[in-house]
Amino acid sequence: MALLQIAEPGLSTAPHEHRLAVGIDLGTTNSLVATVRNGIAVVLNDEHGRPLLPSVVRYHRDGSTVVGYEAQTQASRDPHNTIVSVKRFMGRGLKDLPDATTLPYQFVDAPGMVQIKTVAGVKSPVEVSAEILKVLKARAEAALGGELIGAVITVPAYFDDAQRQATKDAARLAGLNVLRLLNEPTAAAIAYGLDNAAEGIYAVYDLGGGTFDISILRLTKGVFEVMATNGDSALGGDDFDRRIYCWMLEKSGLHAIGDHDKALLMGKAREAKEALTEHPEVRITAVLSGGELIDLALTEQAFNDMTESLVAKTLLPCRKALRDAGLRPDDVKGVVMVGGSTRIPRIQAAVGEFFGQTPLTNLDPDKVVALGAAMQANVLAGNKGQDDWLLLDVVPLSLGIETMGGLTEKIIPRNSTIPLARAQEFTTYKDGQSAMAIHVVQGERELVADCRSLARFELRGIPPMVAGAARIRVTFQVDADGLLSVTAREMSTGVESHVEVKPSYGLTDDEVARMLQDSYAHAQDDMAARNLAEAKVDGRRLAEATRNALAEDGDNLLTAEERAAIESLLQALEMALAGDDLQAVKRATDALNKGTVEFAARRMDASVKRALRGHRLEEIDV
Amino acid sequence: MLDFNRNHFELFGLSPAFALSRESLERAYRDIQAEIHPDRFAHAGEAEQRLAMQWTARVNEAYQTLRQPFERARYLLELQGVHAMDARNTAMPADFLVQQMEWRERLEEARTAKDFAALQRMESDTRAQAERLERQLAELLDERQDYVQAAEVLRKYRFMDKLRLEIDQAMEELDTP
Repeated sequence: MALLQIAEPGLSTAPHEHRLAVGIDLGTTNSLVATVRNGIAVVLNDEHGRPLLPSVVRYHRDGSTVVGYEAQTQASRDPHNTIVSVKRFMGRGLKDLPDATTLPYQFVDAPGMVQIKTVAGVKSPVEVSAEILKVLKARAEAALGGELIGAVITVPAYFDDAQRQATKDAARLAGLNVLRLLNEPTAAAIAYGLDNAAEGIYAVYDLGGGTFDISILRLTKGVFEVMATNGDSALGGDDFDRRIYCWMLEKSGLHAIGDHDKALLMGKAREAKEALTEHPEVRITAVLSGGELIDLALTEQAFNDMTESLVAKTLLPCRKALRDAGLRPDDVKGVVMVGGSTRIPRIQAAVGEFFGQTPLTNLDPDKVVALGAAMQANVLAGNKGQDDWLLLDVVPLSLGIETMGGLTEKIIPRNSTIPLARAQEFTTYKDGQSAMAIHVVQGERELVADCRSLARFELRGIPPMVAGAARIRVTFQVDADGLLSVTAREMSTGVESHVEVKPSYGLTDDEVARMLQDSYAHAQDDMAARNLAEAKVDGRRLAEATRNALAEDGDNLLTAEERAAIESLLQALEMALAGDDLQAVKRATDALNKGTVEFAARRMDASVKRALRGHRLEEIDV
Repeated sequence: MLDFNRNHFELFGLSPAFALSRESLERAYRDIQAEIHPDRFAHAGEAEQRLAMQWTARVNEAYQTLRQPFERARYLLELQGVHAMDARNTAMPADFLVQQMEWRERLEEARTAKDFAALQRMESDTRAQAERLERQLAELLDERQDYVQAAEVLRKYRFMDKLRLEIDQAMEELDTP
């Protein structure tokens, strides 16, 4: 291997190779996949040239599935087995779904997250979402002609930890390597900001099918800094459809109608809402299963009246986000509209009035999130140099633990920039107390009962001490995906107990393995071959990263012996990658990972030094 | 070699002082993030990814501390070995306490009367008061190095911070239908 000395950081020494990466907008109503081709972000259409994939999954008795438009047209024929808007159920328990009884599904209340009984068995919302992701993955691989190295999946900014974890699990189940979970409004800001070379304060108003987000961002020289975010993860375009649906029942004097008719009328309601964005009045006609004819005229004014409270409900989070950012509406330079529902004229008017300016609608509100996600995926896959943009996102809801009396002690306040770690010390309240229950919660309310419970675990083996003498340090860590992990440790005696929790709604590796097995029983795929392929992808990625690191910094940061040691581990990995022994590949990858820890640390230090160069350094002994 | 124990000011190449250029801090923060953010290491090895996350978390913590006046002053005092918020340091001058009680009465009245304009007036009054205290902190910490006095002013500042938070909450409550 030629040992090149590279002056500029971040330039890959590998021959230029475009790594295939995509951005996926996994929406409540529709999903999309996009990629960057020849430097331009494009949405990938299906074989009929359609960009959207309706987020609808129909299960058949034999376990096979139909996803998208075909499933959508079948929803009224087979409502129990055709799952619509599954995103609303992600990371949610039965008690979190106020409208569960009006939905045509047979819910099963499982710990942490509801499940749905179908002809193909009980399905978790994670599995249903994975079916949608699999279709998009196949679409992308067919269009790009190769295997994806990874995907950026978008989530509503206001999604809590349970909902984010569920989304990541779904991607894992669909066989996608998640480069990053990205907040939808932030993705939209990238697409908009880079297209328009925007600088200053921008608001992104994102009304999706089932979720609402407002994010306030500061755009400065390629940095997208989220200052505050707020929203409502159970408010979206679906609710506007439901208002029309209820109005239709009322006008027709109907009360109890079957699930088939309900699905039919919900579809009609959605069509009427969409038609009203271009016509002042629409006619709704339908024939129900009992032969009843529905024939109604809906005016824009009547629609505005019945949905006025929904529109108002979106402005409250706007006010809160501005207050958290310490700004007033007139500080905002532009308002970017995202989500198909922002086509509703009344919404554009209300948002315009609130911010005192006409909202920006020059980007397709259905596509902008996927396009931004594709741009970020392209950067994360390593297809670009260092002169790119940087995202500084935040955690949307405060994180804390339960203390005495059912009160919440906040450890990480909302709108803190991620990734971050924060520790707080707690103590025992009884003499000789040897264990402590730790209950992790998310939300803004003071009472634990009003917040979302994320995880419970116990720290055991605290040495006997008088009350108040033990020092239990609880550390919260939120990674760049916005996902939390919690550690607790007893400090006072030097005896350390240490518990790592993955919040309880998250699927264990065993569960994911079981779901994968289930899905491959139908797809005639070979698990072993798949495992080997995945291990090789990981191994190759590490080998390439190491080669680049050696070329960039091997000479200045390593002694000859250290370098030789790493090179021999690298060689061993390359040997293993040439063979087909899964364990050998895993062992060699692991060995190289461990063998490069010190090198990685030195490279990181060098990066920080480089960043400080050009600043005042007189008091730093660099 | 750089290490995690470097103090927050050193991390950003700034002199340790209460008065600081927000612009320099923000620029240094952005420059460091541009080098070490996990997004820069998404295709790197596991060890580098982990380190990138730890470093970024560390830099975010330092940035949060330095950009908020209260946290910055408390941190400066801690570097001098003064723990201003120690539970034993609770003594406050009587006139300040009386003034606090008056503020709280005003807040309660405005809240009960659902008087949004009154809350907005309180917001700007308390902001002016907080800015006065910030000027005092700058003088005591940076020029006179009077850390004992500074700790007392910081405790007053804490009261104002809490009061402003409550005003914010009251405004939010009035906003919520």
